[in-house]
Amino acid sequence: MDPTTMSAFALLAALFILVLAAFVGYEIVSKVPTMLHTPLMSGANAVHGVIVVGAMLVAATAEGPLRIVLALIGVTLGTINVVGGFVVTDRMLEMFRKRPGAGGRG
Amino acid sequence: MPELDGIGVATFFVWLLGSVTFIIALKFLASPSTARRGNQLGAAGMALVIVWTFVSVEGMLANWWIIVVGGVIGSVAGILGARRVPMTAMPQMVAIFNGAGGGAAAVVAIAEFLEFAGHESELLPLPFVIATLAGAVIGSVALTGSIIAFGKLQGIVTASPYMLPGQRIITAVLFVALLGLAVYVAAFENSVPLFLLYVGLALITGVVLVMPIGGADMPVVVSLLNSYTGIAVAASGFVLSNYALLIAGTLVGASGAILTQLMCRAMNRSLFNVLFAGFGTGGGPATAGAEGDEPLREISADDAAVLMAYGKRVIIVPGYGMAVAQAQGPVRELMDLLVDKGVDVQFAIHPVAGRMPGHMNVLLAEANVPYDRLKEMDEINDDFADTDVALVIGANDVVNPLAREEGSPISGMPILNVDEAQHVIVLKRGRGTGFAGIPNPLFSSEKTSMLFGDAKPSVEALVSGIKQA
Repeated sequence: MDPTTMSAFALLAALFILVLAAFVGYEIVSKVPTMLHTPLMSGANAVHGVIVVGAMLVAATAEGPLRIVLALIGVTLGTINVVGGFVVTDRMLEMFRKRPGAGGRG
Repeated sequence: MPELDGIGVATFFVWLLGSVTFIIALKFLASPSTARRGNQLGAAGMALVIVWTFVSVEGMLANWWIIVVGGVIGSVAGILGARRVPMTAMPQMVAIFNGAGGGAAAVVAIAEFLEFAGHESELLPLPFVIATLAGAVIGSVALTGSIIAFGKLQGIVTASPYMLPGQRIITAVLFVALLGLAVYVAAFENSVPLFLLYVGLALITGVVLVMPIGGADMPVVVSLLNSYTGIAVAASGFVLSNYALLIAGTLVGASGAILTQLMCRAMNRSLFNVLFAGFGTGGGPATAGAEGDEPLREISADDAAVLMAYGKRVIIVPGYGMAVAQAQGPVRELMDLLVDKGVDVQFAIHPVAGRMPGHMNVLLAEANVPYDRLKEMDEINDDFADTDVALVIGANDVVNPLAREEGSPISGMPILNVDEAQHVIVLKRGRGTGFAGIPNPLFSSEKTSMLFGDAKPSVEALVSGIKQA
């Protein structure tokens, strides 16, 4: 489907979603403790890796060489973002697990 | 936007499910006990959206090789980067992954514009063009800005603020040119060459915006660029009528903006001040040499060890020096020994210690320091007066009393009240100034003794000193 012919209804729906999602994003983050700010930034970074889906949609309609190259770059970069983002966040959070036995607290 | 047949309706529900997991993922990151599960849930939701897109979208299977080749290269690069990088280099990694996302968003916007521009004599619909232009410019700025931020954190690009001659004029000209081109391309002619010029200028703008910002402020910049990429992704969601992109991008755009604000507040500075003030240039380099001339009192590791072992309360103040030296393991051993001797040991974590908020927490957690011993600044600042020894490990600007006075580049930044402790022992690599290039009167104070050397061997010397004490 040609994205340039988006209906007015779909456009308005997208606008509603945009505004509401912005409020949700604002609300979630205002309650995160400082020590989790770096993992949070990293986790949010992984979430916008969903752009790989956009690059895939470009790939799906790629015919000419230019669009194929763009799609390939987009999918590669998007995958780096999404895979690297989730893995590095997981690695950071692994460090926060509770110590078994919790010795040395005395 | 999918046609509303069975698959189309299913697509909407996949987007809904994915969006809910993203929200829960960010929500769960608010607590240490749920954070990891949240991240894994987000990854699962993401996998669902990606796989569904691959199998359900028409034409995808015909071009499957693009997805596979790009996916394999990207996965290998992402996993290697994320797994191999030392904990100290985490901020750089976040910057580079963010740059990749921004680049992908820009590429999607470019591909969409090239696909539809110039085919018809009529202008493309305004909402489509505006979203495309927004995605292209914000994604491009995020890409090159993140690369410079990566370079500054990694030490490839100079960490000190680098002002171009006529910086402000260049920035202003770039902004006006971008705005002018955007208006012309959107309202008068969907010109491909002008669009490409616009993207080129946006790439330059990313460099020009980040170069003049000092290395100490890079966390704020990375957070801001993270938010930008989110907005660029939301714009792509608009262009492609894909609500998963729209929601995920907007969530990150909004939460990244708040996080950026929180970081600025921790330094008691406005975002405008961080971005445009050229932190550390206000006489910083000129006075930087002065500190070496001050008489600094040195202490041996054994003497320092005795001082701590026979104190009632020791507060450890970690900074970037601990991260660079990878000294968190020995630091934890030091803590255990002192605790065994009946000393009350706490860690004072400044909000911007290290290179990122939470940087110290991550490192100390890696070394299994229980997080109930990690105290935030407001929680512990009144306790310094009642403390025998404050042990500063490679921290500088966050304990600089100059911040309490007027006229210093860090004036007004909240600091840890280390100078109120009975004794201050500072572990420091050399006699130079900190990341911000500002002299630190704490080091020449009468209470302060310096233990020069790389943090790791220094802490190990303290450990063996305490064993003998």
